[in-house]
Amino acid sequence: MSYLEYTVKSVPTGLRKVLYLNWPLVLLLTAVACTGFLMLYSVAGGQYNPWAEPQIKRFGLGLALMIMIAMVPIWIWRNLAGLAFGVSVMLLVGVEFFGSVGMGAQRWIDLGVIRLQPSELTKITMVMFLAAYYDWLPTKKVSRPFWVLLPVLFILVPTMLVLKQPDLGTAILLLAAGGGLMFLAGVHWAYFASVIAAGIGLVAAVFKSRGTDWQMLENYQFRRIDTFLDPASDPLNTGYHIAQSKIALGSGGWTGRGFMQGTQSRLNFLPEKHTDFIFTTLAEEFGFIGGISLLVLYGLIIVFCVASAIMNKDRFASLLTLGIALNFFLFFAVNMSMVMGLAPVVGVPLPLVSYGGSAMLVLMLAFGLVQSAHVHRPR
Amino acid sequence: MRRSRAETDASHVKLSRRAALLGGVQLLFMGGLAARMQYLQVDQADQFRLLAEENRINIRLIPPVRGEIFDRNGMKLAQNVPSYRIVMVREDAGNVEEVIGRLADLIDLTPEQIENALAEPKRSERFLPVTIAEDVSWEVVSAVSVNAPALPGITPEVGSTRVYPRGSDFAHVVGRVGSVSEKDLEALEDPDAVLRIPRFQIGKINVEAREEALLRGVAGTKQVEVNATGRVMRELERREGTAGADIQLTVDAKLQNYIQARLSGESAAVVVMDCEKGDILANSSAPSYDPNLFIGGILSKDYDPLLVDKYRPLVNKTVQGAYPPGSTFKMMTAMAAIEAGIIGPDETVYCPGHLEVGGRRFHCWKRGGHGWVDLENSLKQSCDVYYYDLALKVGIEKISAMSNRFGLGVRHDLALSSVNSGLTPTKEWKLANRGASWVIGDTVNASIGQGFMLASPLQLAVMTARLATGRDVRPRLVKTVNGIEQPIEGNGPLDMNENNLRKMRKSMYAVVNDRRGTAYRSRIIADDMRMAGKTGTSQVRSVVVNNADVPWEQRDHALFVGYAPYDNPRYACAVLVEHGGGGSAAAAPIARDALLQALYNGEPPLEAYPAADRDRIEIQQRALRDVKPQARVKKGKDQA
Repeated sequence: MSYLEYTVKSVPTGLRKVLYLNWPLVLLLTAVACTGFLMLYSVAGGQYNPWAEPQIKRFGLGLALMIMIAMVPIWIWRNLAGLAFGVSVMLLVGVEFFGSVGMGAQRWIDLGVIRLQPSELTKITMVMFLAAYYDWLPTKKVSRPFWVLLPVLFILVPTMLVLKQPDLGTAILLLAAGGGLMFLAGVHWAYFASVIAAGIGLVAAVFKSRGTDWQMLENYQFRRIDTFLDPASDPLNTGYHIAQSKIALGSGGWTGRGFMQGTQSRLNFLPEKHTDFIFTTLAEEFGFIGGISLLVLYGLIIVFCVASAIMNKDRFASLLTLGIALNFFLFFAVNMSMVMGLAPVVGVPLPLVSYGGSAMLVLMLAFGLVQSAHVHRPR
Repeated sequence: MRRSRAETDASHVKLSRRAALLGGVQLLFMGGLAARMQYLQVDQADQFRLLAEENRINIRLIPPVRGEIFDRNGMKLAQNVPSYRIVMVREDAGNVEEVIGRLADLIDLTPEQIENALAEPKRSERFLPVTIAEDVSWEVVSAVSVNAPALPGITPEVGSTRVYPRGSDFAHVVGRVGSVSEKDLEALEDPDAVLRIPRFQIGKINVEAREEALLRGVAGTKQVEVNATGRVMRELERREGTAGADIQLTVDAKLQNYIQARLSGESAAVVVMDCEKGDILANSSAPSYDPNLFIGGILSKDYDPLLVDKYRPLVNKTVQGAYPPGSTFKMMTAMAAIEAGIIGPDETVYCPGHLEVGGRRFHCWKRGGHGWVDLENSLKQSCDVYYYDLALKVGIEKISAMSNRFGLGVRHDLALSSVNSGLTPTKEWKLANRGASWVIGDTVNASIGQGFMLASPLQLAVMTARLATGRDVRPRLVKTVNGIEQPIEGNGPLDMNENNLRKMRKSMYAVVNDRRGTAYRSRIIADDMRMAGKTGTSQVRSVVVNNADVPWEQRDHALFVGYAPYDNPRYACAVLVEHGGGGSAAAAPIARDALLQALYNGEPPLEAYPAADRDRIEIQQRALRDVKPQARVKKGKDQA
């Protein structure tokens, strides 16, 4: 009810704000998260532990966090954007020195209370900072070279730090999200055309560098790309994941094999079945219909975010909402492409579905910002 | 710095345009994902479903239950009994050393078993069962079961093993099973997959081997779901195999047991055959061995004595052995001559004690000669010269042909291993095999079952049954398969002159029942059970000396063939005692005892024996009454 009430002139205050939340979005997020609980329950062989129960608790926590953030006026968040970005870049640097190694990469930093993945946080704070930057920058200066180069720098610093961890997946996501935000802010087409041209050149250079002293990517990263290009080349190691993942999806058929009947995931043919490859379990057990349903839920989240952004006359709020939506989209698009054999295996989880505390909390935090923008939009 | 209203609106329009564009691109990409999903999940679903099944499903064989073997009265000769072993799954055991230690306190484990139990799990997957002790007793199983809480990962398992409850009695009939060897597999063109199961048992010799196809059955399969590391998660589908067929043999376990006991201490063979159907009632070869010793591998301390024993316990003398039939062959020579019309049954030949043939003198066993003898007298007293004379007149070809019709020189393909076809020599045979031409002396030797002539006890029993009935009696060992009666083959008339056959039988009657007959001392007194037969003493060396003066290996083989009752033949019998001396003394009494045992279906009354012998017979009967077959006591449930 409150969602369609543009006409209400009075700006909500106090606890009444809760009524003005973007409730359809809350419901959509909850629906996706519930899909995740179901799948985590299934891959654990019909057990709440070890995955479903902590995930449910975390989602509850995330939901509370989201609503709390939504209650804080959006301009306060705008004013905090610079600080947040600075802190997360510092944390990225800190990970270099104090981070713990997980899955062969330095990604975690233990803050005592929570094990934080600064790269996750950076995705959001970078978007916040860029949105604030473009809110501050007069529109006519947006396409001027100096004012284009500056945000490029803001994007490249955390990207390089993440790449060094090394976490190729997140680096690409940061790059794409940053670029997307610049596009939304109205940077001229020509910049993007030249960057894409340069990108193609860079990719060529990266491949050329292979086997030389100045090799730009780690060997395992090259192998992942090789496997992606030709999964059959290595069916028992890296290619195994993609091959088994495709088998799981394919064997689901139209309606799937039924809840908890997926043989591929239950019998451990799938790697990382509770994290990066959880979509395969869903597609195996609920089939094409299940997979499409999740995709539709994700699509609706994007649609509601974009609608909320377009309706919002506040430039920072708009850009922030769109940037977060883009981030969210990149998450599931890369993950799904990966499990369907359309992209290399880069270790990107399925948002809100994959098991994992850090990613889940950061996402709910981000949607708290989206809600705050929605609640505090100018009327 | 606050912007003007117009600037804000303009930038918002531009932002909204770009937002809609980027949103559109995002939705387009999602459409692409959906299309990919459709391609994988709908268009290619069948192919991927198949791959998923291949991933997870393993097919395992369920060994079929081997058919059991019974005697003609339903007594078990070969059976399956549960056998127990103790296995350990390392994954469930936790601290392997500690658990094995506790197990060793509880049951007897050899140091090797403990060592293996500790070493083997390291080599295999954690979840695969490892055998710690095999073929353990029921007490051990109970002990382990009761203490299960203290022995995590240790479980008793039930298998099945072959047991021969009649032990040594039927080693030469039923045979034995053993684990499939590489050699067994090589011998087969397309080995059944079930043979690849470790320690799968197949028939090695005799009925177990010859009827393997019937006894083995067909393996079942179970589909099990395995995970990526190969662990069995659950059973999906089970298709039971077909159990092997139960086989009932024609043998009579009681009779066989009696004969094996009767033969103890001898190296001998006895075949008792039903005259009507050809059923083999007893097929005894002594000494025998306990086939149970071979199950699961025989120890050399058990095996070596069997190998070096000069009585050759491992040889089935009834069918594998080929011996000169000696005087038991004389019926064949006579039948050849009288059927050819060369001599009438009542015509006489003069026996001066020897016959000059081709410059060589062939002796009758009785140096003084028998004088004028006809068929009956010559057979009764086993005169040799009569048969020398007949053979010279009728020729070796006709003698061999006649003996072939009576089942000599013919392979009777019973379900036993290494069935010998014996030998009825011909001129061609000698030229081809010995590279020498037939000489007249060969015919003379052959006429009394010496020289090249060879026959197995089985063939002699068949010959006797055919003489007794005049029909083409063929031996039969398998009575029913899964309760279905097996057909009786042959059994048509032999097309012999019935008058001649009657004469022959009368002569054989005289051998046993005439006061001057060679087997008179082994006659049967019971009127309706009278025995007819013929003794034989076949020389294993050419010089005639007194048997008592030479070592065992050089003594003559003692033979006897006979049937009873004379006027209504029911059972034919052939007895061979290796190096036993004279047929009348060593072989005929055994044949009489065996036939009486068969006729009375158990211990015969003393009245069936001549009055003078009854005291001795009573002692003998009492001694044999309780001889049980040697069978290793199994540590099965029954004995617990």
